[in-house]
Amino acid sequence: MDDIKTTVLDYIRKEYLEEDDDRELTETTPLITGGIVDSFSMVSLKRFLERKYAIQIPDADASPEAFDTARSIEALVNRFKK
Amino acid sequence: MSNIGSYTDRLKNFDWSFAEKELGYRSGDPINIGWYCSDRICQMGLAEKKALIWEDFHGASKTYTFDDLRILSNTIAAYLLELGLKPGDRICLFLDRVPELYIGFLGILKMGGIAQPLFSAFGEDSLLTRLDNAKTAAIFTQRKHVAKVRKILAQLPEMRHIIVIDPDGPPLREREVGFRLDQAKRVEHFTVHPTTAETPSVLHYTSGTTGQPKGAQHVHYSLISQYLTAKWVLDLQPDDLYWCNADPGWVTGTSYGIIGPWSNGITQVVLDSGFNTERWYTLIQKHRVTVWYSAPTAIRLLMREGTVVARRFDLSSLRHLCSVGEPLNAEAVLWSKEAYGLQFHDSYWQTETGSIVITNVPEMPIKPGSMGKPFPGITAAIVDPKTFEPIDQPARVGLIALRPGWPAMFRTYWNNRATYESKFKNGWYISGDRASIDADGYFWFVGRDDDVINTGGHLVGPFEIESALLEHPAVAESAAVGKPDHVNMEVVKAFVALKPGFEPDGDLELEIMNFIRKKLSPLAMPQEIEFVKSLPKTRSGKIMRRVLRAQEWGEPIGDISTLEND
Repeated sequence: MDDIKTTVLDYIRKEYLEEDDDRELTETTPLITGGIVDSFSMVSLKRFLERKYAIQIPDADASPEAFDTARSIEALVNRFKK
Repeated sequence: MSNIGSYTDRLKNFDWSFAEKELGYRSGDPINIGWYCSDRICQMGLAEKKALIWEDFHGASKTYTFDDLRILSNTIAAYLLELGLKPGDRICLFLDRVPELYIGFLGILKMGGIAQPLFSAFGEDSLLTRLDNAKTAAIFTQRKHVAKVRKILAQLPEMRHIIVIDPDGPPLREREVGFRLDQAKRVEHFTVHPTTAETPSVLHYTSGTTGQPKGAQHVHYSLISQYLTAKWVLDLQPDDLYWCNADPGWVTGTSYGIIGPWSNGITQVVLDSGFNTERWYTLIQKHRVTVWYSAPTAIRLLMREGTVVARRFDLSSLRHLCSVGEPLNAEAVLWSKEAYGLQFHDSYWQTETGSIVITNVPEMPIKPGSMGKPFPGITAAIVDPKTFEPIDQPARVGLIALRPGWPAMFRTYWNNRATYESKFKNGWYISGDRASIDADGYFWFVGRDDDVINTGGHLVGPFEIESALLEHPAVAESAAVGKPDHVNMEVVKAFVALKPGFEPDGDLELEIMNFIRKKLSPLAMPQEIEFVKSLPKTRSGKIMRRVLRAQEWGEPIGDISTLEND
């Protein structure tokens, strides 16, 4: 797994799961539909990505579908990375 | 033909006894919502009818008949008694939208307990506030949420049992017990506790401007309004497949996600999944959903995807659409006509009202953007905010007021009688919402009359957010207000003054956002933080939130003669 997906999953584990929640997270784990991140929490995840990768993700592109897996998040980040 | 038929005809000589008769209830008899939603439906010959079709985000599915509901809710009720729990005990459901949540709700009511559903995304502070206030005796939860309960357990001496519904894995801890519904011995016969009309049934917490959230306490007699409004507003008919996408952690999810449909013997589908347009449309298409009760925030998210996505699915089974949560804007009503060939019928009610009170019913022409007219049996008015006298002039804005007395109205705030009594003025229940009535009698929502933030259809209290913000080491003082948002109507914005030694930057903003999300909930997390040197205050030191709110909404600030630093 490359850097963006790993970074996203590490961040999800640290910020969104409880300490003793041992659910396995992979690049295809549903984050939004799986209830790990909801549409409100997506805002802080978006903010994290924007700071980490020095990008701006327009609100129109920050859809629940785009944030649903580490893989789709990587694709989103790559679209806006220079 | 809809169930309600002519709205005007129904207004004539309306009496709630109409619903009592349909339910076979006579004043003074025992009335138990758990029994009415399961045993009674079986006695009507519908034991083998599907009651619940449940799916999760993976597509896993389970189906339960009304007889399953009856037996499994008996099983849970008997288990709770075996644990030593007693009628009147508050028993919390802190679960995702799993079958145990829905069936557990009925089981708690059948043994005479008071069901206290709480949104599973609540953080430990939100959970503690509500469990401590209710002196909750037991809580149903899942492995993935139990850590939040463990963190606060030392502060909850009355909490005797933490019931984990998926106990496989590491050993359970102090006060924790495992209970697998699918492996429990099914209880065919259970003597339902003989609750009566005024026996407490459900405790739903709601937020106000000041103080911590308050528990709106309902009684079993609420069934009368919930049954009839589900029948007449949602127009539930015997062959319907109904979908209410509200979470039972909130009142819509119990009044119309459990009680309304099941007391009418209706099959409902539940999707335990976060929002996803295609997943939602797939559910409607697959199960041939006919009646859909949704929320403006969800509808606006679907609008973002456009009609093109909607047309990729066969949604032709839909025949009636309703909405609740915050005002449904005219644009969304018109879009739904384009996307689904049907208009959403907006409805208005609150945690305190327990059932729909103002609404668009099937036979009523919809004025897009209006919440409709009072449900039969509800006397609603717009009253002057100072005199609490009804306003007769069309289009003049005042407070929505309701004449007390409908069956589902809350009976008190748990442990907080004084606040309950303060909600009544001049013989009216004052809702705290502002609206006007037009010349045709339609109500038009304007906004809240206080500082409560309505985000995504849920009320969030600024005091709770500000108290949590002060627990962050960098925060000296703060104010939380609602700011406009095109999807959620409002989102939380926090104004924060930092303690000496802390500098504002993006990392600190993100840290504070996550801090609140974990302590309270994603809903309460500020979507924006503005760092300020100081906050506007009165000369007596009270933060003037309305100044900040007006700034966000581009509204006049109003009287600032008491502003400290003017």
